[in-house]
Amino acid sequence: MELLSGNQAIAQGAWEAGCQIGVAYPGTPSTETMETFAKLPDVYAEWAPNEKVAVEVGAGASAAGTRVLATMKHVGVNVAADPLFTLAYTGVGGGMLILTADDPGMHSSQNEQDNHFYARAAHIPMLEPSDSQEAHDMAKVAFELSERFDLPFFIRSTVRISHAKSPVEVGERENFTPKQYKKNPAKWVMMPAFAIGRRASLDQRVDAVTAWADETPLNRIVPGDGSDDGDIGVICTGAIYQYVRDALPEARILKLGVTWPLPKLKIQNFAFGVKHLYVVEEASTYLSEQVRALGIKLDQPENPLPRDGELDPWAIQIAFGKRVPTHTDTPEDLPARPPALCAGCPHRPVFRELGRLHAIVVGDIGCYTLGALPPLSAMDTTLCMGASVSMGHGFELALHHTEHRPIVSVIGDSTFGHSGLESLLGTVYNSGIGTICILDNRTTAMTGQQGDMFNGITLQHRPTRELNMAQVVRALGVDDVEEINPNNIKAVREALQRATKADDRLSVLIFRSPCVQLKDSFVRQKPLHVDEEKCTTCGVCVSIGCPALSSDLDSGIAHIDEVQCVGCKQCQQYCAFHAIKED
Amino acid sequence: MTSSVYSDGATSVLLCGVGGQGTILAADILAKTVCASGDVVKLSEIHGMAQRGGSVTTDVRFGKYVNSMVCCQGSCDAILAFETTEALRNISYLRDGGMLIVNDQSIKPLPVLTGDSVMPEEPESQLRAYGGKLIPAQDIAQKTGSIKTANVVLLGALSTSLLYEQRVWEEQISASVPKGTEAMNIAAFRAGRAFVQNIHD
Repeated sequence: MELLSGNQAIAQGAWEAGCQIGVAYPGTPSTETMETFAKLPDVYAEWAPNEKVAVEVGAGASAAGTRVLATMKHVGVNVAADPLFTLAYTGVGGGMLILTADDPGMHSSQNEQDNHFYARAAHIPMLEPSDSQEAHDMAKVAFELSERFDLPFFIRSTVRISHAKSPVEVGERENFTPKQYKKNPAKWVMMPAFAIGRRASLDQRVDAVTAWADETPLNRIVPGDGSDDGDIGVICTGAIYQYVRDALPEARILKLGVTWPLPKLKIQNFAFGVKHLYVVEEASTYLSEQVRALGIKLDQPENPLPRDGELDPWAIQIAFGKRVPTHTDTPEDLPARPPALCAGCPHRPVFRELGRLHAIVVGDIGCYTLGALPPLSAMDTTLCMGASVSMGHGFELALHHTEHRPIVSVIGDSTFGHSGLESLLGTVYNSGIGTICILDNRTTAMTGQQGDMFNGITLQHRPTRELNMAQVVRALGVDDVEEINPNNIKAVREALQRATKADDRLSVLIFRSPCVQLKDSFVRQKPLHVDEEKCTTCGVCVSIGCPALSSDLDSGIAHIDEVQCVGCKQCQQYCAFHAIKED
Repeated sequence: MTSSVYSDGATSVLLCGVGGQGTILAADILAKTVCASGDVVKLSEIHGMAQRGGSVTTDVRFGKYVNSMVCCQGSCDAILAFETTEALRNISYLRDGGMLIVNDQSIKPLPVLTGDSVMPEEPESQLRAYGGKLIPAQDIAQKTGSIKTANVVLLGALSTSLLYEQRVWEEQISASVPKGTEAMNIAAFRAGRAFVQNIHD
């Protein structure tokens, strides 16, 4: 037995199934799946620039006959949706499994979308584990199923599956012989003439999976503890199954391991066998809508289940009118502890200076979203990966003929590679103007310092080339490109002032300095300290929002935490009174 | 009779603290000790954006059989808090009569550093009023070798209330900590145990 997270278990299961190729773009809570897979023997794994590319690389490898794992977070599936919808038409060669790691509760995401809807809309069967053992077992069988039904398969996790560890009985690797690729335009060339045929075939393949869903033990009935004679029946899946077992031990459960297509007969039979039938699901109405669509009447719990956020046994007991344990209320006056840019983050001054400029800051996904929080508070919008560049263009179009504050898009290097490149191309092509800041910290930082297209580090440390960001941007047609060290406050200020004053051109400012978490390229300096004699308690240093800096509640004198300080000297440059010293 | 949100009979421990304090390693050692002792465990942690100096929690549930991987309000048998404000923030998870072990360290969050919020007044006496045991884990860790082992001192404090053998704990600590720091971590673990046992005496 090994103690594995759901993510690790999925990687292990895929590996045991003889899966040879893995493709992904990092995204919480999916990231460790591909990181784990990449370390297993005899596999090839790579980070793609985005999820669409990952699925397309996977589609090619599958068409050519190998078994492929593609992993992404829930919003990554939005990016990959284009190939996925048609991949159900073409079907697969070697089996293909796609992890969608959803984030109910939005621990690390911009929305709470339920990707069950993708399975149904794209006709891609979806497996759904309730713990790491099931994650392993389902990933292992998925490839054979994918080949049997000639469809790619989804495995859906949530954060409580992906990032929950439990014991797993692991197995040996199967020896999978890749299938022979044969030219077959009627299957692989999705132009109307062929797609019409594959559409009809898709319905037949879905019918076959639906029949299988009614047979497979992945959908199974779990009896209650006998205390109420099977009065209550609950249909549920994933982590929710575990919660229902705890919260409603008397309930008879139809545990769904396949959440699309649904096992119609099993659900109908289950409904006949219980007096009251409920669906318990998290932050979604997918399952209840699908069950009702089978013509089955559902009962409502005494109190409605929460419409948003994560469930837990406590919330389910409340909904079903059970008496829950009493608890002490959390004191109301506690200070919040939001995440913050790291102490010494080289890109903090960009946000500080954008605040000084009163710019409209069009932000993006990643660590830099933290620039939205006080005290920097230097962000106006965050929507999705790459949107900063294109939304900035939209802001310019709408405000062009008015007096307006400077419009500045801010994007990280990995996010720029993900989808900012196309956005920039659109702005250039349409003669857009404005300022774009690429904060190049040489990594995909928020998800745990993965390699990306620009930094020249690949997932399995195969040789590659480091891309020159400025050259790439110039090649896209931007004339005004400047590279700046963001640790130099004066240079940051001057570059931003110059770029934002120009109202006739597009300027791209590349701020390049490595993430402080990068052990190989970030060099930590000696911590700084405050000369208390010279400190005038003005508070400017503290206002940059460095976690290493604080001011004394009574005296107002600044203090630097030696443990956290990395010696970046940003605060020193902001101190007009020379009170921050190196020795 | 106390009601319960769980029917699996498992023990629930919530570890809470600030990103970077070593809560995840401590939770891993606990989980491995459970497994090595023949019980089963589920451990749920939150990664990603929350890690950047924000509040972090790791839920560990273990016993002969475990369903849910998450801790619930009023249902934790023990809270192991690495920081006083986080102990207070998670106090609603403690069950009636549950154990509250708290590192006596207070770390100011950014809104306090910038003067927009204030720290709770006398957190230690508030915590004692909830039955909390305050552990000077930093001081103990410093004395036994390195302040970095404060998380293992806290595990030592927790371990005296669980049924797993000291030998198994120490084996799992040795297997989990960076090479070369095994002896220092075991010393920290033992010092944490001794500190709590002395409170009892």
